[in-house]
Amino acid sequence: MVADPAPTAAAADTPHNTLEVRNLSISYGGEVALGGVSLDVRQHEIFGVIGPANAGKTSFLKALNRMDVFNSGMHVEGDIHFNGHDIRRLKNIYALRSRIGVVFPLPVGLPMTVYENVALAPRLRGVRDKTELDIIVERCLQRAALWDEVKDRLNSLGSLLSGGQQQRLTIARALSQEPELLMLDEFSIAVDPVTTMRIEDVLKELRQEMTIVLVTNLVQQARRLADRTAFFLEGSCVEVGETEDLFSGDVKDQRTRDYIEGKFG
Amino acid sequence: MPMFAETELNVRNKKFQALFRLLFMLMTGLLILPVLIILTTLIYKGGSVISMDFLFTAPTDGMTAGGIFPALIGTVWLVAVALLVSVPVGIAAAIYLNEYAGENWFTRLINLAIINLAGVPSIVHALFGVGAFVSSVGFGFGFGTSILAASLTLAIMTLPVVIVATRESLRAVPMAFREACWNMGATRWQTIRRVVLPNAVSGILTGVILEVSRTSGETAPVMFTGAVFFTPFLPQGIFDQTMALSLHLFVVSTQVPGVPEDLPYGVALVLIAMVLIMNSVSIAFRMYLRGRKKW
Amino acid sequence: MNPKATSDFDRRNLDWYLDKLVQVLVFIGGISAIVFIIFIFLFITKEGIGFILHTMDVKEFFLSPYWEPSDEDAPEYGILALVAGTASVTGLALLVAIPFSLGAAIYVGEFATGKTREFMKVLVELLAAIPSVVWGFIGLTIMNPLIIEVFDVPVGLTVLNAGLILGLMTAPIMTSIAEDALKAVPDRYREAAEAMGATRWQVIFKVVLPAAKNGLLGAVLLGVGRGFGETMAVLMATGHAVNIPTSIFDSVRALTATIAAELGETAVGSDHYQALFTIGIFLFIITFIINLTADLVVRGVRRG
Repeated sequence: MVADPAPTAAAADTPHNTLEVRNLSISYGGEVALGGVSLDVRQHEIFGVIGPANAGKTSFLKALNRMDVFNSGMHVEGDIHFNGHDIRRLKNIYALRSRIGVVFPLPVGLPMTVYENVALAPRLRGVRDKTELDIIVERCLQRAALWDEVKDRLNSLGSLLSGGQQQRLTIARALSQEPELLMLDEFSIAVDPVTTMRIEDVLKELRQEMTIVLVTNLVQQARRLADRTAFFLEGSCVEVGETEDLFSGDVKDQRTRDYIEGKFG
Repeated sequence: MPMFAETELNVRNKKFQALFRLLFMLMTGLLILPVLIILTTLIYKGGSVISMDFLFTAPTDGMTAGGIFPALIGTVWLVAVALLVSVPVGIAAAIYLNEYAGENWFTRLINLAIINLAGVPSIVHALFGVGAFVSSVGFGFGFGTSILAASLTLAIMTLPVVIVATRESLRAVPMAFREACWNMGATRWQTIRRVVLPNAVSGILTGVILEVSRTSGETAPVMFTGAVFFTPFLPQGIFDQTMALSLHLFVVSTQVPGVPEDLPYGVALVLIAMVLIMNSVSIAFRMYLRGRKKW
Repeated sequence: MNPKATSDFDRRNLDWYLDKLVQVLVFIGGISAIVFIIFIFLFITKEGIGFILHTMDVKEFFLSPYWEPSDEDAPEYGILALVAGTASVTGLALLVAIPFSLGAAIYVGEFATGKTREFMKVLVELLAAIPSVVWGFIGLTIMNPLIIEVFDVPVGLTVLNAGLILGLMTAPIMTSIAEDALKAVPDRYREAAEAMGATRWQVIFKVVLPAAKNGLLGAVLLGVGRGFGETMAVLMATGHAVNIPTSIFDSVRALTATIAAELGETAVGSDHYQALFTIGIFLFIITFIINLTADLVVRGVRRG
């Protein structure tokens, strides 16, 4: 696909794919982690990725935001197009990464104030005005279901919050990038069920503003949230389909149904 | 029969154990005891010389009397200029090693060079300083004997201290912080500037204090490159010669006839006190930091 | 939605260029150590090359015990006595330092706990900080009369004096490194031995020490390097006699001390001046080899 010069307004009208992946392969020093993955992620959808451990789901995300550049052991091949741009051949990978927010399972609160944690991405973008930063920080913390707990202590160290709070802080940071694509990798591991529910509600609203890729080991979470879902198994993408269909047994591959029904993984 | 199954000797072994523990403790003590004795002697014999006059006036009567002020000032000059050069270069080197360099032969070469730089005899550093900074033969910079030449020599000599201390404090910052920043689109430098360095500053500071302590005690590297036995003038600029406390001790204890016995002790006492205080500050700072965890 | 228009999706901005600039700057800092080491060798060679190429007689240099550079008729440049001076002082220093450092390292590492251990480590660190000129002063003013009195000898500025001083100087650093080497031995080695019924000292001697021998050897080599390179302390604590010592009560002259003592009196560029630089080259090469070996040994690689 060629770079589309049309402004974002037109892009919002004509549905297009946020991600187009063709024949993606990832290996670490000779060992293949993911092979021959081809799929599309549509704009404004919540795209679920389910599958057992070591299926290659996390490597998939890392290839999408070009983290392979900083990891010399990681070898990526194939085509990835983000909003029409070929991201395997970039001059400025930092620009790409600032448009993609990612939340990994391990919570990370940066050793600065909570406020600064969330203000970091806007500052990197060039936002300097204090009032504007205040608005962004509050909005992102609200959406991450953390505002009520920290609004009186925005000056406390982000790295000293509890695990669940740090995870929501990570989500707030990702949102502060105002990303076009938000990727979550098993975010609910460090978060309690009630807070998970709150965040899931937020995600459902957020899809109006961005596209979401949700990697989860909680099959039911995919069912609740994802429009379409992909099933990864042992380094390949077994199938992609409408979540409704997959969960009602309308699968192309028997293994998908077995996994969903909990027969393994 | 198993190696340690000598049950009938167990009782004897226990006695051996207590004996060995005592032996090792004695050995440690024997190492420290002479030093304590030496320190006490220094204080005893040199303490009477120390006074405000001693610290703030110049030597008189061909250095058999008077104070050590020019030597103190000279040491300050030398150390300050040396820091100005070695700290930025050292921090840059440590940043390169910890944040950018991969695990390859080139990095190993750099590490080897650092170890060797630290191991070169101080007199060889002095020779290098003479050949490179004082002399104008060949590629020599030709600064003449000056604070600049001496400080540059000192800077190169103590560079490893800064590099190692900085690298350790950079290493102490968890990788997870960097990855979180990279994932947000921050460049390496932005990450270093906003997250890594601010959290390594305290460690770097300890290294710098250590360097100051080392540098102020060095004699050989400055002896031929910028420090002189005596000059009636205080240094005005980096191209001047100067006196230095370490060299002064050497001079009054070996080169000046008719020095009263306690004068050199006084000089030694000041020098050793300076060094020990700085090191103690560095150690205390380190311990304070250990308690103030930020993650 | 994100205000960035697609046309500047992949543009290199100020931050990108700044990042590249920093990368170049720190790389320069990184190679500085290599550059300096090379420069040191080049510059001291530059000053000494004249002697090596024109005046030096290799056999005389290494084998003659007569160092008489200022003899106008027949100057002789033999460093054998100087090497013997350095070697004897270093040898004695190691003889003194190794057992005590090892003992102290074992005590601090294996026996002492909590506060005592912290206190010991601090003490060792402070000891290591004492400047060499102060040690030289101590040799001159405290050790000297002490030796004369205790051993009933006429001169106290001898191999014994410098050896003891050098031993006290290098002991703290050797202790630290030995400590690290002992600490690096995994706990499970100790636990396995204890499970078989060994006592503390058996664990140490039969398990921990052999496992740490690389690091310990590295500590010793570092001590050797330190001894060879020490200048001020040796200058002030040995006498000024250039001769091969026959006992520890002889005065000697070390290589480093020779340079320090004579450089100030030579004319720049003269044979004597260049000869001193040549000694410097020799010292550089020796300590380079020692440090290289120490590094390889500590990292567990045997030299052939």
